[in-house]
Amino acid sequence: MNETLLAVHHLTRRFGKRKQRVTAVEDVSFVIHRGDILCLVGESGCGKTTTGKMVAGLLKPSEGTVEFEGQDIWSMGKQDFKRYRKAMQIIHQDPYASLNPSHTVFKIISAPLLRHGLVANRHQARAHVHELLETVDLTPPDEFLDKYPHQLSGGQRQRVSVARTLTVNPSFIVADEAVSMVDVSIRVGLLNLLTRLKEDLGGTFLFITHDLAVAKFFAWKGRIAVMYVGSLVEIASTPQLVNDPLHPYSKALLAAIPEADPVLTRQKKRVKLRSQDIPSLLDLPSGCRFHPRCPLFEEGLCDVERPALTPVGDGRYVACHIAVREIGGRR
Amino acid sequence: MKNNTVSYLEWGVGEDTKDVYAPLSVRDLWVEYQIERGAVKAVRGVNLDLRKGESLSLIGESGCGKTTFGLALIRLLVKSATIRQGQIIYCRGSQGFDVLTLDEREMRDFRWRECAMVFQSALNAFNPVLHIWDQMYDTVKAHGSMSKDEARQRALDLLRHVQLDPERVIDAYPHELSGGMRQRVLLAMSLLLDPQVIILDEPTTALDILTQRTIIELLRRLKQELGFSMIIISHDLSIAAELADRVATMYAGAIVELGDVNEIFYQPKHPYTLGLIKAVPTVTGEFKELISIPGSPPDLVDMPSGCKFHPRCPYATARCKQEEPPLAEVVDGHLTACFHWEEVQRGHDERWQRFAHSLDRLKEAEQTA
Repeated sequence: MNETLLAVHHLTRRFGKRKQRVTAVEDVSFVIHRGDILCLVGESGCGKTTTGKMVAGLLKPSEGTVEFEGQDIWSMGKQDFKRYRKAMQIIHQDPYASLNPSHTVFKIISAPLLRHGLVANRHQARAHVHELLETVDLTPPDEFLDKYPHQLSGGQRQRVSVARTLTVNPSFIVADEAVSMVDVSIRVGLLNLLTRLKEDLGGTFLFITHDLAVAKFFAWKGRIAVMYVGSLVEIASTPQLVNDPLHPYSKALLAAIPEADPVLTRQKKRVKLRSQDIPSLLDLPSGCRFHPRCPLFEEGLCDVERPALTPVGDGRYVACHIAVREIGGRR
Repeated sequence: MKNNTVSYLEWGVGEDTKDVYAPLSVRDLWVEYQIERGAVKAVRGVNLDLRKGESLSLIGESGCGKTTFGLALIRLLVKSATIRQGQIIYCRGSQGFDVLTLDEREMRDFRWRECAMVFQSALNAFNPVLHIWDQMYDTVKAHGSMSKDEARQRALDLLRHVQLDPERVIDAYPHELSGGMRQRVLLAMSLLLDPQVIILDEPTTALDILTQRTIIELLRRLKQELGFSMIIISHDLSIAAELADRVATMYAGAIVELGDVNEIFYQPKHPYTLGLIKAVPTVTGEFKELISIPGSPPDLVDMPSGCKFHPRCPYATARCKQEEPPLAEVVDGHLTACFHWEEVQRGHDERWQRFAHSLDRLKEAEQTA
């Protein structure tokens, strides 16, 4: 189980030129072992989707490497890269935009089968698509094969997206806000489907979401990485992160989340931030990116020196001068 | 407005309050949209009293009629929608009138002065080429009778109230503000003419968590200070858990459950509410299995017979397929539209599990057959 499937080293991505230059992702490193789930959590604009795209090979990093099974995907040969594209699949956020409206469900799902030469002819493809639709609980499959996306509900479309990613038996799936656009009653069904697939197929997941509750549910046995304006601030196993976060930003986030439980949510202890403003990517604060809002801010340290993501034992990492010092003191 | 004014008691409503009248009482409201396939019954016979100073939260999934209901209250529905029947009785002091009988001009006076709405998606609610002040002044001109100086003073005060830097924000363009700031400006705008009722449609959806938190705290504080009543429309149960005094669950255009917030969350008496609560994960605490509601929401053109929830309901019996249960009070102040509420209340978790499981097995059997 401990074999590294994907390793990301010092990933940085900049957009734009000169004055308009923004650093969307800065010096992000993490590894995902085979069969594991890593959830990338953060607020909008923190760079989680950009990171996901770089991992998926859709966007070239400005600096840093993405290694899949020990090989850098951006210096691979064409053949290897094609193999990577097959081993890795993406589930996109918006099931309304990610399916071609003029293709039937059959055409959508059979395209990758034919493209990668997994079936010999359309007849075989039909049988295979049939099977895949059953796997994602779109039954009876015959009812769905010839439908167009607009004839399906949001949840059904997302299931078609999932079926499409399964066509090529991927060993690694990047799911970018895969359940955010569907209603609650459907969401759980989708999450359970993904969990079942993970267990049956032994897949590895990079699961990107803004919703910590969803991350907790899906990755209870995995890990969560918290991002803030382009950098990782904390990585920990899911139970550790939701019950005992170390980084002040993770703490603030967890304390702020409204919960669907009136007594619990009204009794939560809030973390008071020094400022409500999210820094602009065009004008990032010096030192620790969180220092203008951080309740633990220490002048002369946090605004000068950037904290590195530091291992603090138990497989946890945190990027905060104060938190690391306190843990050091406790030992 | 005067000619429609009648003595409040003539309407025979407001039983639930002693000497303060409910600012809004909705009686048997039906709204339909005409589309090619037929009539979309978006609101079906809704009865609801909004109490003075309370916040009432409407929950339910997309397409259950929440937003249509909210828009109907201030008659901002699109042209393809018709209000088939019903009354919306508005009351300030002891005088009341039916909003549905007002003419265009009276309606203008009613909107914003008496009842304001904060719309979904804060970006689209603004005109991108006008300064914030111009849009605020437009609102005042359309609905109110303040002088320009008065209006500006009031606008500045309110912007300060919602924790913005008033001088900077009032002359800004919408695109210069962040999502959270825009939402706060919209809130300030809704308060311009000191309305008695505010309808908020998805006030925190699409905002970041820390921003959501500020908006929630702000709403709580504003309501305390200014004493208005709120209707919060949201698919997000946690907003109801945070802000509501009472919660109404909507399904297929009708209110299926109504009660005190704690009653609804801890003692739900309608299987749909129970299902919604069981489907939402919480962040704090240990891992909890979630249960999904099988099936999908009904087609509002061609609805199932009887109880509209019966095809998805683990408690459904033959009676549910024929008869639609009325919304009735079963415990003090707690209304539900379910024949089997007592069973639901006993909260049979296993029952849901079994039901979901048997559906799965049914599917498997179909597949192998």
